[in-house]
Amino acid sequence: MWDYTPIVKDHFLNPRNVGEIPDADAVGEVGSLACGDALKLYLKLDENKDKIVDAKFQTFGCASAIASSSALTEMVKGKTLDEALAVSNQEIADFLGGLPEEKMHCSVMGQEALEVAIFKYRGIEMPQHDSEHDHGPAYPDYEGEIVCKCFGITDAFLKKVIETNSLTTAEQVTNFTKAGGACGGCIPKIKELIAQVLGEATAQTRVRPEKLSNMKKMQLIQEVLERDIRPLLWADGGDLELIDIDGAKVQVAFRKACAGCASSGNTARMVEAKLRDLVAEDIVVEEVSQ
Amino acid sequence: MKEIYLDNNATTKVDEAVFEEMRPYFCELYGNPSSMHFFGGQVQSKVTEARGRVAELLGAHPEEIIFTACGTESDNAAIRSALEVFPDRRHIITSRVEHPAVLTQCRNLRQRGYRVTEIGVDGAGRLDMEELKTAIDDDTAIVSLMWANNETGVIFPVEEAAKIAKSKGALFHSDAVQAIGKIPINMAASSIDMLSLSGHKLHAPKGIGVLYLRKGTPFRPLLVGGHQEKSRRAGTENAAAIIALGKACQLAGQHMEAENTAVKAMRDRLQDTLMTAIPHARINGGGAERLPNTTSIAFEYVEGEAILLLLSEFGICASSGSACTSGSLEPSHVLRAMGVPFTCAHGSIRFSLSRYTTDAEIDTVIREMPPIIARLRQMSPFGREHLQGKA
Repeated sequence: MWDYTPIVKDHFLNPRNVGEIPDADAVGEVGSLACGDALKLYLKLDENKDKIVDAKFQTFGCASAIASSSALTEMVKGKTLDEALAVSNQEIADFLGGLPEEKMHCSVMGQEALEVAIFKYRGIEMPQHDSEHDHGPAYPDYEGEIVCKCFGITDAFLKKVIETNSLTTAEQVTNFTKAGGACGGCIPKIKELIAQVLGEATAQTRVRPEKLSNMKKMQLIQEVLERDIRPLLWADGGDLELIDIDGAKVQVAFRKACAGCASSGNTARMVEAKLRDLVAEDIVVEEVSQ
Repeated sequence: MKEIYLDNNATTKVDEAVFEEMRPYFCELYGNPSSMHFFGGQVQSKVTEARGRVAELLGAHPEEIIFTACGTESDNAAIRSALEVFPDRRHIITSRVEHPAVLTQCRNLRQRGYRVTEIGVDGAGRLDMEELKTAIDDDTAIVSLMWANNETGVIFPVEEAAKIAKSKGALFHSDAVQAIGKIPINMAASSIDMLSLSGHKLHAPKGIGVLYLRKGTPFRPLLVGGHQEKSRRAGTENAAAIIALGKACQLAGQHMEAENTAVKAMRDRLQDTLMTAIPHARINGGGAERLPNTTSIAFEYVEGEAILLLLSEFGICASSGSACTSGSLEPSHVLRAMGVPFTCAHGSIRFSLSRYTTDAEIDTVIREMPPIIARLRQMSPFGREHLQGKA
């Protein structure tokens, strides 16, 4: 049995704002029958067409999907459209006192329905979405290459969720988006996307310093390992540990999936290239078994 | 809140008489049945009695009964053994709707170079016997097909399948975990070589299983070490659980007729009333021969976990083929193999009854279920045009 918080249970058993708004200003529809969950969100705006005065939902899905929808409608009432757009999936989960990690995709679905509703209202074009008969794309406002064919999830949508939730493993991506959770065929592609997002996040505005004291150099090596390298290894179920720094010589030991991996030599070269790029040109990485 | 337990294909209540039977074998009669002294010997004689009781329920010889830790172990042991005794045969046949205890094992073996054929089923969950006849060849080491499906209760023609397996010299194993105790089984008149049984599905405790091994069938043990179970399954006997299982099998034999009359009548009343009261529902496997205690009903346009949690508010325990309950994200592989349309694959609920189920409990489910489905359909964005004025 899922460990739902009392707030999740309350919003599931006594959902707020169920139903349709016949003259709604904005309607957002995400998910599908085939995927196992779907949400249709209705928003009614004030005279100035700026503030949300009413919100209602219809949801097909599990308890946490219904609770997330209910929470979402409560959260956006009284907000301006811009304020509503700033609501993150994590805030929906927080409102409910947290969701089991495997159910985070329910909060993502809520946030998405909100975004689709507002984008459509603002006249941003989106692909046609027939959730009762189609099998995707699940999130019409993120056009791109479909990565997960089972749930109709695009690369653009995955990159957005990876970035906003700072996800580092394929398993987390599945929990947040369902992508990779059925046949599993797209998991290598998801790992690539994680690496891309992490790479983009770290490549910005960082250049190798001109000159470093020994102390500063050691600090920077540690920082680069933590920030730039270990998350990449985590994405593949691996890890490394810094054993020692002696001048330009950096000794590391590979852990988890990297330990004993046939290509750990390549990984060591990757670590070296990264450190040379961001710390100092003369760094040599050595793999030790400790 | 008193539970209304209709999830007996998941696990069952330990019968009070079964518990009484095993109780002395923890703190008082705790001897090792293999010991030479009287203290172990008296446990040994109870284990022998239990072996006889299990054999009687199956129509088997006592020496054909090997005690294991669970159904999964029995399934693993059977398939591994067949591959070891026929090292030149590299083909395994199973079905698409097997329990993971068999299916995962077969798929892992496929990774290791074995050829695996998964036989399909039709819309009612019936095995495609023609596909089996086509698939089997001289390379087939083992055919493993379940006796009855855990999700739908659909019964497979395992005797006929066993004859097909034997025609090519392959061994035949059946995961009979759901069938034993619910329908009569007679191994004396059977061609099946190996059979798996799990204690906790028939009112014995968890952690005890049986592998039936027909006399003369070549066998290589999964667990090696001591001489227990005639060296076919090493490890000190779980004496208390074995004794409990013996009692449970004796009781199952006594209740077999009631299972197929009284329990079946309650199951039929439950499903017939729900099908009448709730539009846009269908019985998964309704067209096939099924276990007397099981019914799986698919409700369109609603999701299973939500149904289960609302049922749970009334103390009603059932299970679902829905993705959200299992931690996986796909609806059950059984329903998908049957081609259950996606409008209702996510909204399938399994009720599995037992001899403890009462008419009053069935009344409660019949009363509470229709408003639960109506309430969730009211909330769902789908199916409005189909359901108008109905649910």
